[in-house]
Amino acid sequence: MAVDSYRYLPRSFREGFEGFPVQETEVVQAELDRDLSQARVAVLTSAGLFLKDSQEPFDVETEIKNPTWGDPTYREIPRDVRQEHIGAEHLHLNTRDFFVDFNVALPIDRLKELETEGVIGSLADINYSFMGFQEDGTLDWKEKYGPQLVGSLKQQGVNALILAPA
Amino acid sequence: MLARIVEEAGIPTVVVTMMPDTAAKYALPRIVGVPFPFGHAFGSPGDADTQKEVVTAALDMLNNNSETRRDLDHLVWPQDDRTAYKDWQPEIPSPIVTYNAARRAEIEEKKSG
Repeated sequence: MAVDSYRYLPRSFREGFEGFPVQETEVVQAELDRDLSQARVAVLTSAGLFLKDSQEPFDVETEIKNPTWGDPTYREIPRDVRQEHIGAEHLHLNTRDFFVDFNVALPIDRLKELETEGVIGSLADINYSFMGFQEDGTLDWKEKYGPQLVGSLKQQGVNALILAPA
Repeated sequence: MLARIVEEAGIPTVVVTMMPDTAAKYALPRIVGVPFPFGHAFGSPGDADTQKEVVTAALDMLNNNSETRRDLDHLVWPQDDRTAYKDWQPEIPSPIVTYNAARRAEIEEKKSG
């Protein structure tokens, strides 16, 4: 059975999302060119995670002043990240659980287990965290940060990307 | 949107989301639907088994180019819906919610005025 996409959505948003027009009709599909057990995999979240001791938090101050803007930048999260390194800024989510177990949004530890088990070739050294609320910022994703992400994935030799919108 | 940019660059993607109907409107090649509240695409804190099951399903989609969408509707969130609905939301409503509410009130006032 289909998952109910609106189960946890605030009631006032439901109509807008249900009536949200189709954005694309043509599927663009790259194919995995090797066995998963030989593939380097990266993971991306939009939960607003960052390394609290070494990275700038997402800019929520500007969003408070300008509610239709969301910080379009991203943070690189290394594969050896530990729970105590994690910070989170996201005005549209309760971030409490990210400080308990960041794997709920960015399952780096699970992918490392799958790497050890030989299910995947490797987890990438660098994984990615965006802040998901984008209204005016979507153009920046398209023109600047999306291409930057692609450059980084290619530089790391990533063969497949798991994306998890928060 | 990011998934499409990455696919266009030749790197296959899979999107794990609590809103698979919305993701489908972007014509994405691989979608995994999860019955979890926002912020928790892979399950609840400390539930490594569920997190791994979701990750494994996502990886399986990458191996299987015939399937566009798989909904993991058998997975169970550990809270009742009402508690989960409240718990994922920020303690202070987001700026856009407050902004939209103020705009709606303004429109209503103009109508009644």
